[in-house]
Amino acid sequence: MKNLPLQRRTLALIAVIVPLLGLLVYVALRSGPLAPVAVTEARVESRAIHPALFGVGTVEARYTYKIGPTFAGRVQRLDVHVGDRAKAGQVLGEMDPVDLDDRVRSQEAALKRAEAAIREASARHAYAQSQARRYEQLFAARSVSEEAVITKRQELAIAEAALAGVKEELVRARSDRDALVAQRSNLRLVAPVDGVVILRDADPGTTIVAGQSVVELIDPQSLWINVRFDQVSASGLAADLPATIVLRSRHGRSLKGRVLRVELMADAVTEETLAKVIFDEIPSPLPPLGELAEVTIDLPALAAAPVIPNAAVQRLGNQTGVWQITNGEPEFIPVTLGRSDLDGHVQVLDGLNDGERIVLYSEKALGAHSRIHVVERIPGVVP
Amino acid sequence: MISLAGRDILHAWGKFVFTGFGLGLLIGVTLTMAGVYRGMVDDGKALLDNSGADMWVVQKDTLGPYAESSSLNGDLYRAILAMPGVASAVNVTYLTTQVRKGERDVRSMVVGIVPGGTGATPGWPPYLVAGRQITRGHYEAVADIATGFQLGDRLQIRRNQYTVVGLTRRMVSSSGDPMVFIPLKDAQEAQFLKDNDAIWQSRRRTEANPAFNRPGVPGLLDAIIASQSTNNYVNAVLVRLKAGAVPDEVASSIQRWKRLTVYTRAQMEEILIGKLIATSSKQIGMFLVILAIVSAAIVAFIIYTLTMDKIREIAVLKLIGTRNRTIAAMIMQQALALGLIGFAVGKITATFAAPLFPKYVLLQPQDSIAGFFAVLVICALASVIAIRMALKVDPAEAIGG
Repeated sequence: MKNLPLQRRTLALIAVIVPLLGLLVYVALRSGPLAPVAVTEARVESRAIHPALFGVGTVEARYTYKIGPTFAGRVQRLDVHVGDRAKAGQVLGEMDPVDLDDRVRSQEAALKRAEAAIREASARHAYAQSQARRYEQLFAARSVSEEAVITKRQELAIAEAALAGVKEELVRARSDRDALVAQRSNLRLVAPVDGVVILRDADPGTTIVAGQSVVELIDPQSLWINVRFDQVSASGLAADLPATIVLRSRHGRSLKGRVLRVELMADAVTEETLAKVIFDEIPSPLPPLGELAEVTIDLPALAAAPVIPNAAVQRLGNQTGVWQITNGEPEFIPVTLGRSDLDGHVQVLDGLNDGERIVLYSEKALGAHSRIHVVERIPGVVP
Repeated sequence: MISLAGRDILHAWGKFVFTGFGLGLLIGVTLTMAGVYRGMVDDGKALLDNSGADMWVVQKDTLGPYAESSSLNGDLYRAILAMPGVASAVNVTYLTTQVRKGERDVRSMVVGIVPGGTGATPGWPPYLVAGRQITRGHYEAVADIATGFQLGDRLQIRRNQYTVVGLTRRMVSSSGDPMVFIPLKDAQEAQFLKDNDAIWQSRRRTEANPAFNRPGVPGLLDAIIASQSTNNYVNAVLVRLKAGAVPDEVASSIQRWKRLTVYTRAQMEEILIGKLIATSSKQIGMFLVILAIVSAAIVAFIIYTLTMDKIREIAVLKLIGTRNRTIAAMIMQQALALGLIGFAVGKITATFAAPLFPKYVLLQPQDSIAGFFAVLVICALASVIAIRMALKVDPAEAIGG
């Protein structure tokens, strides 16, 4: 009778101590640096990958026409506004001619005066001619002296020269007038092609320097995207490859296009290769110039080869490789990697074979002596 | 021979076990505090480990990129690549900012990494727990799981949106902020182009400057604004050495010929742990010391009181002629048993409590072992005082009032 409560107490004590010890052992082995690292595994599989290039760029117009005067001056009128369509040859505006019209009129007057001078010179010439002819006949009949005839001949020659001079004067006056008229028409701002006005830099009354643009015109059919590709990931970029374009303002809607050309000049500072991508069909409404666009260029599919996810690629020392699982133990295998696609698949050129098991995700960095246990999902990751 | 200690424990086992549990919680707090301290230091080391670099090249005479701001031209890495002993040199940027997702924002360290490689480039997260590494040169992100972001989430960093394509773990800054990795060019832009309002204001300021906005020189203003809104600076160049290269030699040759400051792994650790987190880790260390002293005092008091409770029984034992050695052994054994239970409970609670802390708590086995022996020593020392009291007791007390 006396032993029983003692035994019960012993049992109770054991019931407390044993789970405590068990828990301690569990805690010591299952947490902290001694615990095995949770990893997920993947298999190397042979498949074809579709590499693609990703770049960003801005919408630009291939042809931009900056229309402005060739002389410094003041804008007199401007008939078009941003967004207006213009036809080739249409007058968009005009510069203030200041005194040009008056000078044209003065030149016309000078022209008329030159014509009058021609008439005067022609009359003198005709008279001199007839006088010369008459004196020649009289001299032949020996009625006048030789000196008189010579005088008349000289008068005719002078009248001829005077006529030729005023004729040239007429040409000069006409050319002067034409030049002024040409200058006058040069003050008109004329659309060189069919296009859309994208910028109106100055309003009537503004004084501008020679060469400054007043309106800018683009050809909407010539929109393209100036795309920048990081040089490290631009291999395979070539003209005529199909492209998918996503404009920043139209997220989720992709447009089709193709590479028009890859620029021969790259950006040396930003280390980017530049390319021009054109739309298969110009989107409507027109995207604003300068809008950001994301461009994905699809490259031809590669032949099937062993492929692994890029998350599995690790580095140990100076070697790139993957952790292969053999008999439940991780082993670092150096690999040579080939091309990759944008979904994170990388070709393995050397080091792994189809079907081999490798570590995909791990809870922490693995080392040569790490113990692993393979799980479906790393703890803490929401499916 | 019967165990006096065992018999006595069994006599009042409930009290004994509960005292052990109480003691255990105290030990647990001490162990956790040690873990907080270790975690702090480990955060610093994790930052260095995860960058995967052997050396850091930073702006001359700065302690960058972690302890001080540093900026280098983005094309300097090419010059460093040409130095003997350098296997790879990669640009990197660091920016601590609020990363927004919808209404929520998380304080993170945004790391700009060079995309395009096929994995395991310095600066990249060395391992993932879900998703994939960044493959596009823009607008993709890999986030630490501690940010709470999930695959497919759209994050807003400054002006741009990023899609989370991968998750990683234990990628933290030296102050424990989780990292978000984004492509380098986006990160450079994020560092410079703060927000649209700031850009507009900066353009206005430039326009207001008559030196830049000259009517006779059309196009000058546009050119200046364009040059103002580009940023080709990075914070550091991460350098990995060729096998067999001596870090100090390579570092001194880069310092000498490229006129930059270079830190080796050991120097960087010294900066991070010796300078950046020195005071806060000392603060925690101080707290740990006080907690350890207080715990030791409490353990001693408990054992002393437990013995004092039994003073009458001890007097009886003496009366019936029990040897002093037996009584001393009983008290000592009880103290050690208490210490063992306390340590077990403490270790278990610390382990289960550690993941609940917002910052990393690292419980190292050697800390636990040191703690274990410290507990035993303290218990033994405390029991010595109790034993002295017990042996001095007068057997007459057993029958006296």
